[in-house]
Amino acid sequence: MKYTQGQFIIASKTAVAKEIYSFEINCPEVAQAAAAGQFVHIRACGFTLRRPISICGINKEKGTLRIVFEVRGEGTAKIAELNKGDLIDMLAPLGHGFKLDDSFKKVILVGGGIGTPPMLPLAQFYGERASAISGFRNAQAVILQEDFRNTGAETILCTDDGSAGIHGFVTTPLSEILEKGGVDAVYACGPMPMLKNVAAACKEKGVFCQISLEERMACGIGACLGCACRTQRNDEEYFAHVCKDGPVFNAEEVLW
Amino acid sequence: MADLSVNICGVDFKNPIIPASGVFGYGREYEELFPLNKLGGIATKGTTLRRRTGNLAPRIAETPSGMLNSVGLQNPGIDHFIESELPYLLTKDLTILANIAGSTPEECAEVAAKLEDTDVHMIELNISCPNVKQGGAAFGTDCAMAAEVTRKVRKATSKPLVVKLSPNVTSITDIAKSVEDAGADAVSLINTLLGMRIDINTGRPILRNNVGGMSGPAVFPVAVRMVWQVANAVKIPVIGMGGVSSGKDAIELMMAGASAVQVGAAIFTDPFAPVKIIDEMNQFLDSKGISSVRDIIGAVKPW
Repeated sequence: MKYTQGQFIIASKTAVAKEIYSFEINCPEVAQAAAAGQFVHIRACGFTLRRPISICGINKEKGTLRIVFEVRGEGTAKIAELNKGDLIDMLAPLGHGFKLDDSFKKVILVGGGIGTPPMLPLAQFYGERASAISGFRNAQAVILQEDFRNTGAETILCTDDGSAGIHGFVTTPLSEILEKGGVDAVYACGPMPMLKNVAAACKEKGVFCQISLEERMACGIGACLGCACRTQRNDEEYFAHVCKDGPVFNAEEVLW
Repeated sequence: MADLSVNICGVDFKNPIIPASGVFGYGREYEELFPLNKLGGIATKGTTLRRRTGNLAPRIAETPSGMLNSVGLQNPGIDHFIESELPYLLTKDLTILANIAGSTPEECAEVAAKLEDTDVHMIELNISCPNVKQGGAAFGTDCAMAAEVTRKVRKATSKPLVVKLSPNVTSITDIAKSVEDAGADAVSLINTLLGMRIDINTGRPILRNNVGGMSGPAVFPVAVRMVWQVANAVKIPVIGMGGVSSGKDAIELMMAGASAVQVGAAIFTDPFAPVKIIDEMNQFLDSKGISSVRDIIGAVKPW
């Protein structure tokens, strides 16, 4: 693992939905080291704890990272006050990302709400071999669909209230595609109940599944043991840590 | 460049800044960011006789100018520390305070005994972790029990023994005097203050353990007060900690009576905090024409 801490210039900022912002950050060294599924740990001015935000885009040529985050509380609200040209303090890139395998012929990406952004680098890697299923509360909360389409991935949109795309949860189209067979891997990020259902569906079909988890975090690098996650290793219960062992875990390891 | 070196119970520190136990693991993760030999010392993650899994998540919560934690002493056990972590740390040219804990005085003594034949420089006995439901919490809040655990560990080790005190007591000076009489070579304080936050939308405490230890800048004035009181009550050295986040804070805590300073939550805000604090202390001393940091220990002139 190779990470650094520093202040980096925000190259662009856009509001992609209500209370959801996209930053493009100039950080060549971090972008060079970053992998799909990793996260950045951002200092929120005036707060003790940094805020972990997943990486939504890696452009090694331009030397930029993209993050898309939602204002969830005071810390993320403070980060959202930053504008184009401002410096953002990051400890990055952190954690273990997704396992990418070029031999995979068909993969499914499942994003729920603000769990959708870390799926985008996977769509870029797999392109037409990917089906990107995204679920949101309603039409106003929908993000990144154009970005997913631009990767060549098949995009399937669901909303809880039916105001856009399919009326229902992401697990319905997931099960339909799994049923057809030929799926090499499923990658998912989103609320815990969604991840649990995705993991169960994959287990039933014997499909390789990786999920990205979230937890309240302090150090971000595996020293303080704050962000515990119950997992199973060698038939023994083990509290792994989302920051260092994750945020991406093989679904079968996680004890729900 | 002022002389930043200090000596505590015969143990040399190249400077007085030590990452506090629990925030810094066994050091490996921070070596990625800066060479550990910049630090005066390291207080390693609290380690018990056997591996502990710790508490369920969430274990962390933000608070105004601070945070709560309830990790619950997750650690790989003392044998793992000695076999797999200590050899690495011993190559790093910094003073090692091995922080130990246990559910009974006997367990604490057994852990200390296992360190006897190692090259650990000091033992820091945690009698105050507020997160462990059984045993641990009680030692630090009762003079007789604090003395008992100190005596048992004292008998088990010839290494300099630092006893880490809890602020969650009626009189921290009484506890400090008790552990001094029981054979402690130094005391370190303050451990975290017991706190709680509730998510008012769900009615649930944020921490899965309901309560946890509060640290960060918000507790700093409490630390200054307690360090000052204890330094005036005992003859043994005091290692200060609690909300230190700048060189000025470290100077202030040393003026209150601390011979060295541990840095905790500030490292989460800025992982380079300990290194920056050392530089800032140097600048302050130079600006005042003070040649040695030792000259400011206990230099407060109370009204």
